[in-house]
Amino acid sequence: MNSSDSLPEIVIEKGRTETNYWKDIWIFRELFYILSWRDVKVRYKQTVIGAAWSIVRPLLTMLIFAVIFGRIAKLPTEGSTPYPILVFAAMLPWQFFSNALTESSNSLIGNANLISKVYFPRLIIPASSVITSLVDLGISFVLLFGLMIFYRQSPTANIVFLPLYILLAFIAAFGIGLYLTALNVKYRDFRYIIPFVVQFGLYISPVGFSSKIVPEKWKMYYSLNPMVCVIDGFRWCIIGQEPLDTTSFLISFSVVIFFMILGVWYFRKTEKSFADNI
Amino acid sequence: MITNSVIQIEGISKSFLLHHEGKEKYIALRDVVSRKAKNFLSFINRRTAERQSIEEFWALKNVSFNVERGARVGIIGRNGAGKSTLLKILSRITEPSGGRVILKGRVASLLEVGTGFHPELTGRENVFLNGAILGMSRREIRAKFDEIVAFAEVEKFLDTPVKRYSSGMYVRLAFAVAAHLEPEILIVDEVLAVGDAQFQKKCLGKMEDVSKSDGRTVLFVSHNMSAIQNLCTSAVYMNRGRVEQIGNVHSVIDKYLNQGILESGTRWVGNHKENEFVKLRSVEVFKTRGSDLTEFYIDEAISIKIRAQVYGTIKGLAYELFVNSNNGSVAFSSFTNTMTCEAGEYEVNCVIPGHTFNNGRYVFTIGVSKDYHHFLVKLDEILGVEFHNSPSGLGWQGEWPGILRPKLDWAVKLKNNA
Repeated sequence: MNSSDSLPEIVIEKGRTETNYWKDIWIFRELFYILSWRDVKVRYKQTVIGAAWSIVRPLLTMLIFAVIFGRIAKLPTEGSTPYPILVFAAMLPWQFFSNALTESSNSLIGNANLISKVYFPRLIIPASSVITSLVDLGISFVLLFGLMIFYRQSPTANIVFLPLYILLAFIAAFGIGLYLTALNVKYRDFRYIIPFVVQFGLYISPVGFSSKIVPEKWKMYYSLNPMVCVIDGFRWCIIGQEPLDTTSFLISFSVVIFFMILGVWYFRKTEKSFADNI
Repeated sequence: MITNSVIQIEGISKSFLLHHEGKEKYIALRDVVSRKAKNFLSFINRRTAERQSIEEFWALKNVSFNVERGARVGIIGRNGAGKSTLLKILSRITEPSGGRVILKGRVASLLEVGTGFHPELTGRENVFLNGAILGMSRREIRAKFDEIVAFAEVEKFLDTPVKRYSSGMYVRLAFAVAAHLEPEILIVDEVLAVGDAQFQKKCLGKMEDVSKSDGRTVLFVSHNMSAIQNLCTSAVYMNRGRVEQIGNVHSVIDKYLNQGILESGTRWVGNHKENEFVKLRSVEVFKTRGSDLTEFYIDEAISIKIRAQVYGTIKGLAYELFVNSNNGSVAFSSFTNTMTCEAGEYEVNCVIPGHTFNNGRYVFTIGVSKDYHHFLVKLDEILGVEFHNSPSGLGWQGEWPGILRPKLDWAVKLKNNA
């Protein structure tokens, strides 16, 4: 016997990384923390208005939507909720979703040097990039509570379910983000599609209006948007004036799960060749 | 059979598919769509040229060798010999197409200095970031932090963003982190090509120390033969994806130098692996004047012409030239100033005056760097030139001692007539 027999053994062969995949993610969890920390740090360091930006942007969008949809188009609100709160409760998950989607779909290309020089489960990169958006979401929550105090609106007991919906928003953004970032490595022009998806999505999601004004005959197609269940859920937790539309919720929820599975499947399928293609 | 090998490489192969069609580096969706459309048309025409455009390229073919515990193995070979691919497989960055590797112990690979360094973060923050990327735990980094900083000699600048560091400081800090890794197997790729000579020596010393005292195994790729000679206990010479020779450092280096240098010519037209910034199209060494344009004489000037394609505006770009003599030591190097280059095609000329070289063979390495410390492209030993004594030259015609043979001004005056 000799000393090198006692050392842990790594075997490298074709298809081998597949087998210990989830175990490896656990082993590399520290890298995940530190990459998230880096993204957060850089984001708030690089731009003086970094933090200010995450306050100004949702506030301005909310104001515009409240004026256009609430005042000019005179769309109905939910119960007695002031229109700005109706919009802002939806703005939170939407901003989170669009930031997280944008960040995660560009994350692999942005970290190309890491991918071509170091081994770790690649899933860590898009996952850590979503964390920055969580910090932004936290800041927006503070704003929401300020707004609710201003309008003397108290949250309902449903708010205890909010963490579940934050998780759902995370899954929705992460699933699609995984798919897009993997595609982005192979087809570089996919990045042009993402701003379009984000911009388009803002108008077909119930951000500026309430889901209840959508006519029944379109409800089915409308609910194919994964953000419908997230936004309705947020409103239900924060405002709690309208019961959740179960059918619509389930359809939208299934779409979220579908994208999550598709994202993870496609990501893992292409992951091995990232270092060769990037 | 009881072996003491910590790295067992058994018949590793790696193939890439080369698409000859696309000029662009990345596939764009629009190309795929247009190609599909073209294919559809050619399907109608029954004439498909598409299949020939994909070629299988074996970067590694059936590579096998074992490395004993505590050995320091140098891997040498020309560009494209498969050295980097081998290291990438050993570091698990890319998967082999066939074969198997068994590694015993923790592996840390250092394929680049300062991987993941973020310019906006401070030196202190980057130590933790880079350490984590290289596989150290936070506790480990904290325990070694002072030692790392002392090794890098950057104590005063710990809380300065590294974008304000000089390139020397940057490299020192980056290497210091890497030098304090404590894996059983350390894989190092050409990272010592940067940094000043003194620091390089310090790094080599550190690598030797860890290997000797703790029985760690080091795999070291370099084009710097003297570094390999100083550090390594054995060497592997790779050529075209295969192991050409393995064994004693001196005999392997001899074989490489004799064979490798003979293969490099005076003109290279290339297809190196592109990056998104710059591509070298050709590199050529020629004579501008003289009677016989194919023979190089020591008293005649030579010109090196590089044709480069730059893809976007790049700041801090510099062209670099390294000249090595036949025995592998660097004869001299020369760089342009750093400049800002816009996208376009460039022709770079460098004239080396006559009376520079000694007679014998020299090899030229051409690089394009950013801010002097980061190579965008480096073509190692891409050209080789044999210099002869000038037929018209006077005086001593044989070998002169020394790597170079400059013509110096001698003045001999009779000061005092006896």
